[in-house]
Amino acid sequence: MTKYTFTEKKDTRSGFGVGLHELGKQNGDVVALCADLTGSLKMDAFKKDFPERFFQTGIAEANMIGLAAGMTIGGKIPFTGTFANFSTGRVYDQIRQSVAYSGKNVKICASHAGVTLGEDGATHQILEDIGMMKMLPGMTVIVPCDYSQTKAATIALGSHIGPAYLRFGRPSWPIFTADRPFVIGKADKMIEGKDVSIFACGHLVWQAIEAEVKLAAQGISAEVINIHTIKPIDVPAILESVQKTKCAVTCEEHQINGGLGESVAQVLSRFFPAPIEMVAVNDSFGESGTPAQLLKKYGLGPDNIVEAAQKAIQRKK
Amino acid sequence: MSTQPDLIQLKKLATQIRRDIVRMVHACQSGHPGGSLGCADYFVALYFHILKHNSKFSMDGKGEDLFFLSNGHISPVWYSTLARAGYFEVKELSSFRMLNTRLQGHPATHEHLPGIRVASGSLGQGLSVALGAAQTKKLNKDNQLIFVLMGDGEQQEGQVWEAAMYAAHNKMDNVIATIDYNGQQIDGPVDKVLSLLDLKAKWEAFGWIVNEFDGNKMEDVVKGLELAKSQSGKGKPVMNLMKTAMGAGVDFMMGSHKWHGVAPNDDELKSALSQLEETIGDY
Repeated sequence: MTKYTFTEKKDTRSGFGVGLHELGKQNGDVVALCADLTGSLKMDAFKKDFPERFFQTGIAEANMIGLAAGMTIGGKIPFTGTFANFSTGRVYDQIRQSVAYSGKNVKICASHAGVTLGEDGATHQILEDIGMMKMLPGMTVIVPCDYSQTKAATIALGSHIGPAYLRFGRPSWPIFTADRPFVIGKADKMIEGKDVSIFACGHLVWQAIEAEVKLAAQGISAEVINIHTIKPIDVPAILESVQKTKCAVTCEEHQINGGLGESVAQVLSRFFPAPIEMVAVNDSFGESGTPAQLLKKYGLGPDNIVEAAQKAIQRKK
Repeated sequence: MSTQPDLIQLKKLATQIRRDIVRMVHACQSGHPGGSLGCADYFVALYFHILKHNSKFSMDGKGEDLFFLSNGHISPVWYSTLARAGYFEVKELSSFRMLNTRLQGHPATHEHLPGIRVASGSLGQGLSVALGAAQTKKLNKDNQLIFVLMGDGEQQEGQVWEAAMYAAHNKMDNVIATIDYNGQQIDGPVDKVLSLLDLKAKWEAFGWIVNEFDGNKMEDVVKGLELAKSQSGKGKPVMNLMKTAMGAGVDFMMGSHKWHGVAPNDDELKSALSQLEETIGDY
């Protein structure tokens, strides 16, 4: 029996929209910029209630990032909104020079990340963004797992100082963290276990929770830890868990190169070498399909996590 | 700053800053003297006459005019100007491009050099950042102005035109942009590399007020920037196309792209300095 249930599903981007609106009420210095995707990013409520603090940039993402960097000069806290692909790859140099290197307090908020974007296909399904963003010195990278956590992360970013990347998505997804605290950089241990540590982020946290039920049925006790903050990564939480379980599985809707798995592997190889298996997209682009079909085809479902856990446990012996 | 410019003093400053530029790039045997020399008069007119600014630097710059340099490779002229304007000690100019310096090859905030508000060097980004700062000034009901300088080769970057559209659409009339229109870029004359065609018509078509002046005549620079200032607050952003000679002030460097990013050797330094009187005192 799962320790988590849900009665409602919502998209994580709606959590961003509600969180941003809440921040708008709390802090008059919060401003929002959007490159012609106000509805998709759920920024309408902010726009409606704080029109003087909402900036439509048109389909001009490079300019949007530059504007956001400049708006910090004089004390504003800009939140930019567009799809994850256009929030990162398209504007990498702008983020690198005008935001990260310049130490600007810009929050880059990115929706429609990963294959769960679905039917639009690979042009829009970015699977490299976590890697690109975590490589930038000083950049905080957050990948919340559901509506509630995306809302909490958005609000937390309002009082966080420094450049940050917030990654969320399009599909309707179970809500299961409504009553859990969210602290940037603090991993959330969702299920205690002793045989294998499953580290997950984003939509795959729910997949990990489903996998844990299947593993329990086989007599395997899995620990499930939500690594919502990829950078700075919670080293003590990872080590504490793997020192107990002696092996790890990572789960993410991202390339196997550059994502959560690589970050966890780095921690383990440096401080506590242990078998690690990675559930991620294996060096390929996505394609059109429904989110469920794509998660299955690209090996990101609960069964893939179960298989990876079994492999990791075997490698202990 | 006084309303009547002391042109003699401004010209002296420009000559001293030109000396600083060639000495700085010679000392580290790298850097970009050509565009720096060409823009010396603009920087002097801006910092010593036009800008309402506070040399006690604050990043937020509330209540003062702000300047952004988009073509960051001409950092020598900016560093020298900032030092001469009191942002930091002139002797620090000797550390330009050296290990552990605050005077990085291209301007950066990372080492906390007073006067710099954003990194630049990768071209095409400065106008967007300047517009962001201008937008915040409007939100803060701060009536001071934003100045930004770009290169003419830089006009080949697409982001410039994204920013151009945004500025006109949003009536960013607290922004005064200037293009260093020297007609040269690394690989040769701009017209040969990728022609800008009618740059004035382009900016006008993008909804900006466009002025033209000679960027190497101090009187014209002062008048040009004063005119631009008088055009602010009228619902449109202002663009100055400022004709300069790359390498202005040093005969063998003038008018050629060859000195875009090359440092003079010892003999060339001597020749350059013999053409530039030490007016205020070397660092």
